[in-house]
Amino acid sequence: MKAIRYLLLTTFSLIFVYPFVLALTTTFKSRADVAAHPVLPWPLDPSSRAWENVLVHSDFPLWTINSILVTVVATLLRLFLDSLAGYSLARLNWRGRSLVFGFVLAVIAVPPIVLTIPRFLVLKELGLLNSYAGLILPLAVDAVGIFIMKQFFDGLPRELEEAARIDGANLFQTFWRVMLPIARPGVITLAILSFQGTWNEFLLPLIVVRASPSHWTLPFGLSTLGRGGAGGQTFDYPVMLAGSMLTIIPLAIVFIVLQRFFVRGATTGAIKS
Amino acid sequence: MRRGQNLAGWLFTAPAILGLGVFLLAPIILALWVSFRDWSALAPLGTSTPVGVKNYHDLLVRSGIVQTDFARSLRNNLYYVLGVVPAQTALALLLAVIVNAKLLRGKTFFRTAFYFPSVTSSIAVAFIFIFLFSPNGVINAVLSALLPGTVDTVWLNEADGVLHIIAGWLGIESGPSGGNIMGLSAWDWLSGPSIALTAVMILAVWTTTGTFMLMFLAGLQNIPEELDEAALIDGANARQRFFRVTLPMLRPTLVLVITLGLIGTWQVFDQIYAMTSGGPQKTTLTPSYLIYREGFENSAMGRAAAIAFILFVVILIFTALQRLVLRERD
Repeated sequence: MKAIRYLLLTTFSLIFVYPFVLALTTTFKSRADVAAHPVLPWPLDPSSRAWENVLVHSDFPLWTINSILVTVVATLLRLFLDSLAGYSLARLNWRGRSLVFGFVLAVIAVPPIVLTIPRFLVLKELGLLNSYAGLILPLAVDAVGIFIMKQFFDGLPRELEEAARIDGANLFQTFWRVMLPIARPGVITLAILSFQGTWNEFLLPLIVVRASPSHWTLPFGLSTLGRGGAGGQTFDYPVMLAGSMLTIIPLAIVFIVLQRFFVRGATTGAIKS
Repeated sequence: MRRGQNLAGWLFTAPAILGLGVFLLAPIILALWVSFRDWSALAPLGTSTPVGVKNYHDLLVRSGIVQTDFARSLRNNLYYVLGVVPAQTALALLLAVIVNAKLLRGKTFFRTAFYFPSVTSSIAVAFIFIFLFSPNGVINAVLSALLPGTVDTVWLNEADGVLHIIAGWLGIESGPSGGNIMGLSAWDWLSGPSIALTAVMILAVWTTTGTFMLMFLAGLQNIPEELDEAALIDGANARQRFFRVTLPMLRPTLVLVITLGLIGTWQVFDQIYAMTSGGPQKTTLTPSYLIYREGFENSAMGRAAAIAFILFVVILIFTALQRLVLRERD
């Protein structure tokens, strides 16, 4: 029984991890080497061609800077706006609160793909196509984040807020100086979800900045790499995989350092039902 | 105090409401309006002309390429959902149960390894799979080693349906004529997923299983140990304990995983865009991809918006059906 368990775990680890290992080592292979020995996890004739191609002869550095800019700004905005709204919905007593919360819940139910055309329409009408604002603003608030922060503030004790008010702090100061610092685990979870979602976002850049290469982010720039021939059916695998690795590695580092928060982020879905 | 909270409550939520209103609610209303119009996306929105229900009629009723393409996309996505959702749910549950075992060494490593594909870029992962499924790639190399003969399937170019292939082995090469629904014959509807779509399905299972495994793990940790011990004392074997104790206790997680799975699989886009662009022979066309193709490549924004709303309804129907099937019975 125990042996079967470890055998299964090892097999599945291989299936889940080996593709990444192989992709990384293939970036150092020549194209002929890739075709001749696809499974071998080391290059027979090491070459830095793919990396030079990606780092020097493509706009990868620009895409990386764009991705960092969009991800950082969108995540900071989202953290601030989501936690502010979540705090208000959890702790303040105001007319219309349940109505607004109902609106937030309804928005969670809208599948993102349905928004492809609508978002394009609004961004076009607002003149935000081919701009950083068009890439950032639609991601700056999200209903799931508001929900997560509301749940988090709901679970915090009330004594501290009362103490802060007695000390003369106004409502925003109470939120900013007292409650937000205690809510740090919730904020970090949301930051991770937002970072991961924005870093990997593909659909939004596709519809918003497709026509403006200077605004491309990593996933979209990556999607244009290494294709050749009629219908894009000839692939330059080492170049495509080098680009993929560069897109994956920054997230992998964050993932390994902050793993427990990733786990919490993934299971907040389970808690919310 | 109460008065101050009324103002602050609205002030604190105003930016969020504004954001959700402008980038979610307003777009949906605008798109609903556009779905009843003819608009090329190239001219200003004001120049579009009203066409009534034409866009919906073209997709659902009127014979022609628009209808058959939409029917194909629905067929493909239906097989995709029927294949991916059960596979990822079962695999996630299996992995969660194994990883959850007491006294397991390397628990963190295994959990991390299984979850990692879920956090990576869809395009990067799609590229890795284009490489794995290439004619000279790893999948064919492994199959050639395991099976007699050399396997050199061009996975992403193979349009034959899996059910058609199986029928072919049984000597059935074509179905009875007729049975035409939405411009596709019954034989076409029953093709099964193409080999190319199957490759995309394998990718989908590989990338989503980790997240669902974590949800099952969270669910398993909520089951009180005494329950399992009581069943053990009552003489239940491992299999009985799993099906009579663990699985019923996991029902809420199971419902959640299947719901999220259904919602996610009906929206498959990035992988299709990067791997097959709807081909070969339209066998990986999905409604989501069709929205993009009609709106941005064929400049038929009204039709694209109509597809989006039909897809929304399809997702609602599927989640409602699922709730009906999995509802609590006494």
